[in-house]
Amino acid sequence: MLIAATLAILVVMILAIIRAILGPTLYDRILAVNMFGTKTVLLLSLLGFVMGRPEFLDIAIVYVLINFISVIAILRYSDSFKLQGSDIKPSDQGGKNDV
Amino acid sequence: MTFDTITIFSFISAIFLLIGSFLCISGGVGILRFPDFYTRMHAVGVTDTLAAAMILIGLILQSPNSLVLIKLLIILVVTLFINPTASHALAKTAIHNGLMPMVIKHDHDKMIIAKKEGKSSNRS
Amino acid sequence: MRHTLSLFLTLTAFWGLMSGHNSILMLLLGAVSITCVLYIAHRMDVVDHESQPIHLSLKIFGYFLWLFKELVIANMAVVKSIWLGNASISPVLVTIKSSQVTDVGKVIYANSITMTPGTVTVDLVGDRLTVHALFQHNVEVLNTGEMDRRVCHLESKC
Repeated sequence: MLIAATLAILVVMILAIIRAILGPTLYDRILAVNMFGTKTVLLLSLLGFVMGRPEFLDIAIVYVLINFISVIAILRYSDSFKLQGSDIKPSDQGGKNDV
Repeated sequence: MTFDTITIFSFISAIFLLIGSFLCISGGVGILRFPDFYTRMHAVGVTDTLAAAMILIGLILQSPNSLVLIKLLIILVVTLFINPTASHALAKTAIHNGLMPMVIKHDHDKMIIAKKEGKSSNRS
Repeated sequence: MRHTLSLFLTLTAFWGLMSGHNSILMLLLGAVSITCVLYIAHRMDVVDHESQPIHLSLKIFGYFLWLFKELVIANMAVVKSIWLGNASISPVLVTIKSSQVTDVGKVIYANSITMTPGTVTVDLVGDRLTVHALFQHNVEVLNTGEMDRRVCHLESKC
């Protein structure tokens, strides 16, 4: 069951990478990277159990904090500087009212 | 046929891991399927809260000693506290930089209110 | 003073759990680093009732249990709509009013809304929250104000 959960997490990480590559706006990419980070934490915890090495949990704790700080940092950075892809094109907007 | 506690615990833990994996894959499908950024954020919310909690609870039931259990609890609590904050920061930055959400038609007056607020607030 | 003591106890417990050694040198290094963190926190002026909300610690567990129940219900709805496809969602952006007076209460309310899948707090200005919801139904649930009332009860003031 641990192996199956690990494989499921790996599949979800691949889906997140696909969204990060496709993502029409910058924020979609940041969202996908954030999700990738939280899934990495789960993967590290699971791998610690699969390999029988509980030291991986320490790395997982550190990774939670680094993931949060990196997301906040890139958001602050995108506020004050123009990143590539941060300008919103009209085709990315919602408001087509077609849902 | 006898059940000792270890067997029962690993059985319950397997059920939790299974639910967690299913929720994770649902969130991963959701981030590809949903139409715009704000709706995708809800799909990520599923994998960040309940899926992570289920997988970590499944691991807690298998933990060999109390130190591992407490570390897993710390990861669980920190994840549940931090992820909403990151989502909120992301949504706030997106709406302040002019990314408007897709909304349904019959809620027109409320949509106008939201648009006005999104345009007028340009502070960081 | 209570807040400094609470921060000190938290840091000591964290160091003890993470290190796992109890030789003299390790304990000494732990004491030095805890002192450094306490000094820096005082210099930054962040040790107060906002970073150490110990006045909430009695009632917070009941609130977390209720929030976890809400979390499970909201998750089931969102997962169902993921597998049903885009026709089943009705995203809306509304502004709702919060009745908390303190900043801590507002942050707890906004974070609880964000934590439940299906609703995300987009902005918080004064006592008005801008909420993006995945379903129309979520807004009706928020407008009944049960979460608002429970956060008020948590702080014992509105």
